[in-house]
Amino acid sequence: MIRVVNLHKAFGSQRVLAGVNLAIPTGSIYTIIGQSGVGKSCLLKLLIGLLRPDVGEVWVDDTEVSHLRGRALNQVRARFGMLFQGGALFDSLSVYDNVAFPLREKTRLRETVIREKVHERLIQVGLAGVEGKFPAELSGGMRKRVAMARALVSEPEFLLFDEPTTGLDPIRVNSIHKLIHDLHSMLHFTAVIVSHEIPEIFSLATQVAMLHEGSIVAVGTPAAIQSSTNPLVQQFIQGRSDGPIEAN
Amino acid sequence: MLTLARISAWITSRFLHETGKMGIFLASVLLHLFVPPLQLNQLIRRIDFIGARSLLLIIFTGAFTGMVVAFQGYTALRRFGGEAFLGPGVGLSLIRELGPVLSALMITGRAGSALTAELGIMRISEQIDALEVMALNPIKYLVGPILLAAIITFPLLNAVFVVVGIYGGYLVGVQLLGVSAGSYFTQMSSAVTLDDIWGGLYKSLSFGVIVAWVCCFKGFYAARGAEGVSHATTQAVVMSSVLILVWDYFLTSIL
Repeated sequence: MIRVVNLHKAFGSQRVLAGVNLAIPTGSIYTIIGQSGVGKSCLLKLLIGLLRPDVGEVWVDDTEVSHLRGRALNQVRARFGMLFQGGALFDSLSVYDNVAFPLREKTRLRETVIREKVHERLIQVGLAGVEGKFPAELSGGMRKRVAMARALVSEPEFLLFDEPTTGLDPIRVNSIHKLIHDLHSMLHFTAVIVSHEIPEIFSLATQVAMLHEGSIVAVGTPAAIQSSTNPLVQQFIQGRSDGPIEAN
Repeated sequence: MLTLARISAWITSRFLHETGKMGIFLASVLLHLFVPPLQLNQLIRRIDFIGARSLLLIIFTGAFTGMVVAFQGYTALRRFGGEAFLGPGVGLSLIRELGPVLSALMITGRAGSALTAELGIMRISEQIDALEVMALNPIKYLVGPILLAAIITFPLLNAVFVVVGIYGGYLVGVQLLGVSAGSYFTQMSSAVTLDDIWGGLYKSLSFGVIVAWVCCFKGFYAARGAEGVSHATTQAVVMSSVLILVWDYFLTSIL
């Protein structure tokens, strides 16, 4: 389980998070929604120690992450995988080498075992046969799939998705969501997804939290969020420009 | 007056902040050099990039520098009837000064700028964050091999520059201007001491550290998209070049 307690984060004079509290149950698909620039990606980076909070705590099971450094932090990170917004694939490596990278660097597995695992993951994300290509030769959707294969290859307990479908057409959005759903059923990781895909994300998530002006304004099941009487939530999920949220 | 004082205080604090950050970065890189495992694949890749791929440029610039020095030296020495000292003139100026400085400036332009851009793009496309998520230290994984490769390749490229330069000087001085081949090399070997050679190698080694340090630092902390990477690359080349010249003065005064 991941617990976030009273998390505050500012960059200079710009306050991003102001007292976020979350409890992400093990095995769930937990989705964080909210306007662009409200700090959703920042929150993900705080979960994994890429950023440090000004105030507050991040607990991964019994370990408080935000004050860890060095080897202790790496031990926690080894339990995580992350799919970045742009994929963050290594440009100079082929698809195969990108997916094999975490295994080569962090394990002592033989190359034959690594090859099997890489092929297995690439088949799971529907990309068998592109091993020799480089990231620049792939479409946006394919890059995200490769990034997903790389994030999954070390079998993490927690998988963080930073806007996994941004910039994709509706068909690819649904295919990525289906892929996350299928992989989640197969591998039983805890998924934390930052997304703008309303309403598609409601069919994937088991829990939804909405972040607004630095704090969580609503949490619940997709059905509860969709029927919420909170005007902030309703304006956001209906995509209306008029309402309490300023569309700037 | 108060505004001027504020601006001055702001510049000082920015300068101290940046210098401190650079110092901590270098200390961290040096510290990680001694922590196993050695990133051998990365090291070989960087030696190839900084060293092998700069070889043609170094041979070309070394040859023409030696030729120009021979021309200028001959013109000056002939006024005093000292053409026989062309060999020592070319040798000493290349070994002690021009070889280390010019080869370092050339490598900064060719490899240093590319390294800053590469790291900068890795930073803005979150590839450095991805390394951290995989529990790999990006300073150890990316920067350490670059620093080590620069320490290995800069003195070697300097040696190539000097040798080619001496032969460039030979072509102009002996083959074109008629200085005796025997006096060119004999006078050179009696004038140049082992200390001169070591001095040149120390210089190029320290320039290697400067270039790797500055270029990696600027790339590693690049921000604000493509413009930020472009800005970081310009800053890295300018700062490395200026530091090479300033550090050269200090080393020359003590070596």
